[in-house]
Amino acid sequence: MPAIETRSLERTFSGGITAVAGVDLEVKAGDIYAFLGPNGAGKTTTVRMLTTLLQPTGGSASVGGHDVVKQAKEVRRSIGVALQEAALDPLMTGAELMRLQSTLHAIPRAEVGPRSDALLDRVGLTRAAHRRVGTYSGGMRRRLDLAMALVHEPRVLFLDEPTTGLDPVSRQAIWEEVRNLNDEGTTVFLTTQYLEEADQLADRVGIIDDGRMAAEGTPAELKAEIGRSRLEIRVSGEDNASAAEVLARFGEPQPTTNGTLSVAIEGGATLVAPIVRALDEAGLAVEALDLHEPTLDDVFVEKTGRHLEGAEEVEVAAP
Amino acid sequence: MNDLRVVAMLARRSLRQTFRRPQLLAPILVFPTLFLVANVGGGGSATRLPGFPHVHGFLDFQLPAAMMQAAMLVGVSSGIALALDVELGFIDRLIAAPIRRSSVVTGRLAATGVLGAFVGVWFLAVGLIGGAHVQGGVLGALALLVLLALAAMSFGGIGAAIALKSGRASVVQGIFPLVLVILFLSSAFFPRQLMQEPARTVAEWNPLSLIADGLREPVISGLSASKLATGLGGVAIVAVLGALLSAWGLRSRLRDA
Repeated sequence: MPAIETRSLERTFSGGITAVAGVDLEVKAGDIYAFLGPNGAGKTTTVRMLTTLLQPTGGSASVGGHDVVKQAKEVRRSIGVALQEAALDPLMTGAELMRLQSTLHAIPRAEVGPRSDALLDRVGLTRAAHRRVGTYSGGMRRRLDLAMALVHEPRVLFLDEPTTGLDPVSRQAIWEEVRNLNDEGTTVFLTTQYLEEADQLADRVGIIDDGRMAAEGTPAELKAEIGRSRLEIRVSGEDNASAAEVLARFGEPQPTTNGTLSVAIEGGATLVAPIVRALDEAGLAVEALDLHEPTLDDVFVEKTGRHLEGAEEVEVAAP
Repeated sequence: MNDLRVVAMLARRSLRQTFRRPQLLAPILVFPTLFLVANVGGGGSATRLPGFPHVHGFLDFQLPAAMMQAAMLVGVSSGIALALDVELGFIDRLIAAPIRRSSVVTGRLAATGVLGAFVGVWFLAVGLIGGAHVQGGVLGALALLVLLALAAMSFGGIGAAIALKSGRASVVQGIFPLVLVILFLSSAFFPRQLMQEPARTVAEWNPLSLIADGLREPVISGLSASKLATGLGGVAIVAVLGALLSAWGLRSRLRDA
């Protein structure tokens, strides 16, 4: 039985805005599943439906074998949720919030203290336990949020953009903890807009764009679908159109980012020298050059025609 | 069993929130206290008007009005705090837990009741220091505190409804002037029989007049079962309205959030 399963899951808001337009996905128990997509793609709306915070307007979904609409309370018993922006009361202390969360999950009184202490210790917040959350850094808040989500030892953990806005050290700490939890058998469903996060953590990745699944598979499978390397070139001067014409002879033009041209090539490193020569013969001087093996961003570009991060700055290169 | 534990925990958390956030606590004490001082200082001679109820002093008459004003502000403040939870996303944490979702509101209202009794104690203290007499004695004072706690809860229900429906603290804050207008159009600050039309008719139909009468009686006359029942009747009207509206607000929040 899958830990999470959706069939044609939909959510349309009043005013006719469709945030999720028929999502099918299946997450195996014990997996880390990364739901990858840009802002506004429908990631959070999907998570809100799976965590019973929002009712679907179409399709069906089950978590831990329970229907999210008909068996919402059973779903809520079996899941841990750490929502975007770590919604914590800044006036409460970490220890108070742990007690509150324990009560919400009907943890016996005698176990509340030891369990809270153990979890706070696990996320490295023992010394800050009696400080108000308003004094915590972003990373500390996320770690507390994670500890709270674990208070009832959930089988499935939902993390909505758990590292957005965090510094690299805090991000690594969260990743480490997610890996540990997964090693202990917890199924993790995380949304992210960071490619590296999905690549580093996930057993499987679902790419969502504009409310629809654009691709789904293991990171390796998704990259293998692309199969090609990507060469990024910046030429001196303003003549990107001529350079794009030259590049088009060697492979498929990719969206341009901040003036850097990009082309998908089959031959990998063997084509670099011929391309540079061709540009030189066309009177174009190469300012910078970078060869990339396929990444999840390439997968995203392939499936949606846009880059994942900074999509608004991207324009498609004219061949 | 855990339902009660959850409600008690959420109530405790709401009380902490109020006492740790001065902008929630100050208005419910400072504003009605200053208003009471200004009112009593400037309107003392009103007791000599023909038809004015027999009172020991104008403070005795105004004390229940200040309590009622404070209880209404407790309701507004409770609504603001709930709306802040919505804005912050904290309410999602609560409704993602396997609890009765109505506990989010009942926990908040339980705290509102405690705060209602708290402001009652505050104003009894202020009144007694200022020379007021509670004719109903200790029992009368206790009855007054219970009625005030229930009144605060019923006002809190309306505050909660606005908070849940709008999800914005500024909207709940915006009802503050309206609270004052509705209160002035009751017998809280002035005897109904001395009001001019159409205010008099409005005051006669205003359920807040029933609550005000129920609160005033233990102070100016003594404990009276019929007046207490009148006050409870007024509370019941507001409470039913608050319960219906907050159930509607909660349903629409869960549906559209």
